[in-house]
Amino acid sequence: MTNRPKLQLHIPEPLTRPGEAVDFGGLVIPPAGSVDRPAIDAPECDLRHLPYQLIRALDDDGRAIGPWKPAASPLQLMRGLRAMMLTRAFDERLFRAHRQGKTSFYMKSTGEEALGAAPSLVLDRGDMCFPTYRVLSWLMARGYPLIDLVNQIFSNAKDPLKGRQLPILYSARGYGFYSLSGNVGSRFGHAVGWAMASAYKQDDKIALAYIGEGTTAEGDFHEALTFASVYRAPVILCVTNNQWAISSFAGIAGANETTFAAKALAYGIPGLRVDGNDFLAVWSATEWAAERARTNQGATLIEFFTYRASGHSTSDDPTKYRPADEPNHWPLGDPVDRLKQHLMTEGAWDEDRHLLLSVELDAEVKTAVREAEAVGTLGKSKPPIAEMFEGVFAKSDWRLIEQRLEAGILP
Amino acid sequence: MIVIDGDAPPATLESAAVPEIATMNMVEALNSALDVMLARDPDVLIFGEDVGYFGGVFRVTNGLQKRHGLQRCFDAPISEGGIIATAIGMGAYGLRPVPEIQFADYILPAFDQLVSEAARLRYRSNGEFWAPITVRSPYGGGIFGGQTHSQSPEAIFAHITGLKTVIPSNPYDAKGLLIAAIECDDPVIFLEPKRLYNGPFDGRHDQAVKSWAGHEAAEVPTGHYSIPLGSAAIVREGEAATVLAYGTMVHVALAGIADSGIDAELIDLRSIVPLDIETIIESVRKTGRCLILHEASRFGGFGGELSALVQERCFYELEAPVRRVAGYDTPYPHAFEWDYFPGPARLAAALVDLIRD
Repeated sequence: MTNRPKLQLHIPEPLTRPGEAVDFGGLVIPPAGSVDRPAIDAPECDLRHLPYQLIRALDDDGRAIGPWKPAASPLQLMRGLRAMMLTRAFDERLFRAHRQGKTSFYMKSTGEEALGAAPSLVLDRGDMCFPTYRVLSWLMARGYPLIDLVNQIFSNAKDPLKGRQLPILYSARGYGFYSLSGNVGSRFGHAVGWAMASAYKQDDKIALAYIGEGTTAEGDFHEALTFASVYRAPVILCVTNNQWAISSFAGIAGANETTFAAKALAYGIPGLRVDGNDFLAVWSATEWAAERARTNQGATLIEFFTYRASGHSTSDDPTKYRPADEPNHWPLGDPVDRLKQHLMTEGAWDEDRHLLLSVELDAEVKTAVREAEAVGTLGKSKPPIAEMFEGVFAKSDWRLIEQRLEAGILP
Repeated sequence: MIVIDGDAPPATLESAAVPEIATMNMVEALNSALDVMLARDPDVLIFGEDVGYFGGVFRVTNGLQKRHGLQRCFDAPISEGGIIATAIGMGAYGLRPVPEIQFADYILPAFDQLVSEAARLRYRSNGEFWAPITVRSPYGGGIFGGQTHSQSPEAIFAHITGLKTVIPSNPYDAKGLLIAAIECDDPVIFLEPKRLYNGPFDGRHDQAVKSWAGHEAAEVPTGHYSIPLGSAAIVREGEAATVLAYGTMVHVALAGIADSGIDAELIDLRSIVPLDIETIIESVRKTGRCLILHEASRFGGFGGELSALVQERCFYELEAPVRRVAGYDTPYPHAFEWDYFPGPARLAAALVDLIRD
């Protein structure tokens, strides 16, 4: 050994664990309206400060201020509020349905409802979203039938995915919602390829993809950014930084060293860091990136800074690794409350209407669940077994035809 | 079983001047397939490492960028996972990308994309999305490429339900099968035996290198034709035993059969998924003996599946246990290439034993 200092291995740890007082440490929250909104044709070299800011449009009193205040109409915002509230009502009821043994698995997006809802309303019908499993609000904002969601979750005879896929891993092409998978990150590059294809065909459609902050450590993330950058693909690449990847805090994915938006810098594309619980900021950032994509200025990376208020899934208990009341202390608040407050400030909304809508949405969910229950919950009803053998190839080969017979299914 | 589309327009004005049949080696035949498909279908595009201006390390995409434009055939970052992910996204949009992976030895970074995405997309989305991609990749040994330029990974793809795996053994088949693969709506792994690119190779490594010139399978139509995936070819008819092979091993088998003096029937599978089970079974029922030859290592190789299928379906017609001749269960060795490579002598000896059994 030399007289050099002993090397020390650093293992990041969150500030607080169960039983300790919640502490988000030195989290700097700049005031709403304090970040500049560069022109969409600004060169990348003029945008390099943005990954270290936090774009916010709603102030503490619910007023929309600053350059990132979007031109969205109150009606559009009310549609967003409805989509977020519907997502929450649906999550609550279906989570309970899992506890009642009606399905095998469920994942909530509580606290992250703005991330799917706002982009869903900003982008066009022909555009394509490559989702994670926590952007149900995308579908809610586009009016996807609740009954189809519940039938999928129950894997029953009317499951639109024919019982082949884990609950909530939806696919809804007609709603611009690409097929989900349990392998995190593996569709991030598909969004880039899809966007490149659109450009190749001189089409006007763009793609938007989500990935969790934990999954930015996968090669898929960096491969997608490389291709998006090299070919200037018309794509919006979004990191949903909800602070937790199952039980691993964001520091395990590198959050203590830099921001996720700053990953854009090395690829020479703009990186925005956005308050993900601020519906208006999410809307506005998506619009900015979409306009860049549509005018051949290439990809944008957006970090949506948010908080996973629920557990990872029905198989997870977050009180085992973080303070039980941590969600209540998230300094950026709740996206539903904040948009509600904004619409009230604008005089477009009030408590009575909010309550009424909430009751109406609960009833809507309840009706869908009842209807799906009448078809059957998991194990009580399922699509014909023949469906197990369909769709492996465009046309089944002899193996599948023989195995169908083996399984007792007559042709 | 050959479909020739006589109405196909000539690929380019240049090719309109050349005769309908031309002598091609496998590189030229593959290039011709890509050229024809680029001309016929604007949704076909090619990308991969070094495939653009340069035309690929084995020259398979030579001239395609110049003829069809930058956007139809372009270079990709050194990122196999990224190449396949991008291709799948393009396929989901509606294109028919034909990405190249420079060597099959380097395909593994893309394995997750092929297994978890390309192969499953149609099934899990109930047909809303699918990936009509054709992944071309040179494979196999015999070129002193050591363990990173010689491997035969076909069995790991054959095991993945939802993928098709095609392996031609001559220029004519290479072109017809590649066109069929590109036109297929399922993801296809198209493995090109690189030792066959420039000539048939029967494993006699100490003899002069042969070119494809003069070989009947080097007479290739210049236009569009396709060979259905899942149709094996009987290369040599015989009564005493059935030999199953694909890729380079088809030529090794011919030499080995000649050396053994045994009247064996040789079947070139051409695609291992879909597999032409009927042709295999019909032959084994006739001969009562079966020998499987592949370059990939034996344990867990595709020969195991073939052996099981033959045993399950022909047990009462079999006169002897099914035999396998394959690469040894070692990594592909450099200095020991010809000790490892299952050449005609090993096949001939195994055939003699098979007949004695």
